[in-house]
Amino acid sequence: MTAAKKLVIYLMAEPGTPELAAAAVRGGADIVELGFPFSDPLADGPVIRLAGERALKAGMRTRECLECLARTRALVGPDIPLVPMTYAAILEAYGYDRFNTDARAAGMTSLIVADLPADERPDVKRVQLVAPTSTDERIRLAAEQTDGWLYLVTLTGTTGARTAVSSQLDGLVERARAITDLPLYAGFGISTPEHAAAAAAQADGIVVGSRAIQVADEGGAPALEAYVASLRAAIDAL
Amino acid sequence: MTTLDAETRRTYGGYGGRYVPETLIPALDELEAGWAAAKIDPAFIAELHYLLTTYAGRPTPLTLAERFAPGKRVYLKREDLLHTGAHKINNALGQAVLARRLGKQRIVAETGAGQHGVAAATVCARFGLECIVYMGSEDMRRQRPNVERMKLMGAEVRPVEFGTKTLKEATSEAIRDWITNVETTHYMIGSCVGPAPYPEIVAELQSVIGREAREQLLAAEGKLPETVIACVGGGSNAIGMFRGFVDDPGVKLIGVEAAGAASLGSGRAGVLHGSRSSILSDSDGQIADAHSISAGLDYPGVGPEHAYLRDSKRAVYLPCTDDEALAAVQRLARTEGIIPALETAHALARVADCESDYIAVCLSGRGDKDMQTLIERLGQ
Repeated sequence: MTAAKKLVIYLMAEPGTPELAAAAVRGGADIVELGFPFSDPLADGPVIRLAGERALKAGMRTRECLECLARTRALVGPDIPLVPMTYAAILEAYGYDRFNTDARAAGMTSLIVADLPADERPDVKRVQLVAPTSTDERIRLAAEQTDGWLYLVTLTGTTGARTAVSSQLDGLVERARAITDLPLYAGFGISTPEHAAAAAAQADGIVVGSRAIQVADEGGAPALEAYVASLRAAIDAL
Repeated sequence: MTTLDAETRRTYGGYGGRYVPETLIPALDELEAGWAAAKIDPAFIAELHYLLTTYAGRPTPLTLAERFAPGKRVYLKREDLLHTGAHKINNALGQAVLARRLGKQRIVAETGAGQHGVAAATVCARFGLECIVYMGSEDMRRQRPNVERMKLMGAEVRPVEFGTKTLKEATSEAIRDWITNVETTHYMIGSCVGPAPYPEIVAELQSVIGREAREQLLAAEGKLPETVIACVGGGSNAIGMFRGFVDDPGVKLIGVEAAGAASLGSGRAGVLHGSRSSILSDSDGQIADAHSISAGLDYPGVGPEHAYLRDSKRAVYLPCTDDEALAAVQRLARTEGIIPALETAHALARVADCESDYIAVCLSGRGDKDMQTLIERLGQ
């Protein structure tokens, strides 16, 4: 059986993001990640870092991000998973339990914390990331602790478009498959329909962030919808 | 009897930890294992000792500052006399020897004032390692001579042009480089900050300061000092000095922060650059800008062990203004013929209002690098 490949789109939480998220869903996104900006995002390359700086300048603090999440939930309906992606500093300041309560109330399905590796704060249920450098033992730990699926970081590096899908992905998928039956979604460095198809041929889904933000910056919701549709078509053609 | 058992040295009473992307975890595990093996390996210990004595200039002397503090016994631990002019070389040498043991040929480092960048460039030249130093463009402007020194020794200095353009952003960029090149690269962090095991590695490499000072003070006075004072940015010279006395309950430990960058005095629990500590941040956890005349203290974070020492009340942390630091530079220069680094001057400024009569101060670095700032601010 071959289930349909999942398409995950990352957008930075900004005032206009709920409408962009709705456009991404119309284009065929299955899951939307909402970046809650942090002043010092270690895992992010220039595009998401700049989007985060812009969001912070526009006043997108944790409370505003939660409001953005709630408005997004209202626009996309109850069935699309919405996943805030942020950094530990934000949760530390807001309170981990309080964040969980308030974000669930605002429509959060699950959570990604870029700088909380598997054994740090195991009490915080979240989607765990694994990387090409992860040992089998760490992939096992991440699989045990993750919330629904594993986020495969395709390369050793930060977020952002690359010229081709990392050759490190194949080996990582192979190792993860031997350890877990969980769905594996690949992200970092995937920006074109060709990348999407290549990564989805290995993984169960793909995550696209930096390029989606750029497309939305350049052409707004219509451009984002068309771009997401092109990714959808590429992975559905597999 | 130690106030820091093995578990505490990893968790620091809830501080510390590894708040980094998964990509780095195996490298941190490798580093932790490599360090655990190295620090008890007689070959490593001998090599580091050889380098510290024949290359860096250890042991550093202890100077009685009679004219600086008349009527008191104030001793200066002279880290300013080390090669490259500050305590940073203690850490850089140790990490370079460790990196070679781990088979890493490429070093990345961050720098603020340029002292750690210079130390990293120095040891990389000494061992033939590739050296990339990230430095905020604002700091490059403030500390031009150190940029030229690094380049002269073959390091590549990469300007960081965004955000505050200072040490905070330089550190983030160095960590991003490490994430990208982790298989070939050792991240030579400059202070007792960052994800575990860095705070502990840096503290142990700097603890030579406190060990020597303790012995020298006992030899000079026949007893331990009443108070030990050191400046705190990230906190590496202070933790190195404090480690020599932390198990002596009668010795008071005082860390001095820049008033505009008082992570311990006015920060809150938060996460920055891979560890949980006391951080200058707003109520949402966003990191605040630090402000100090001294580029080396101009940092919104601090080592997790200092947060632990503060909470456990083993050490106290006091602020010092830019003007007080400037006055302390002038006073030490005119009374002792020693020009301290602006960072170090923060510690010296608190000597005057310390009630103790027998005090040891870590003179962490020399002030040559600050001449431009001193000329601008003092009109000399």
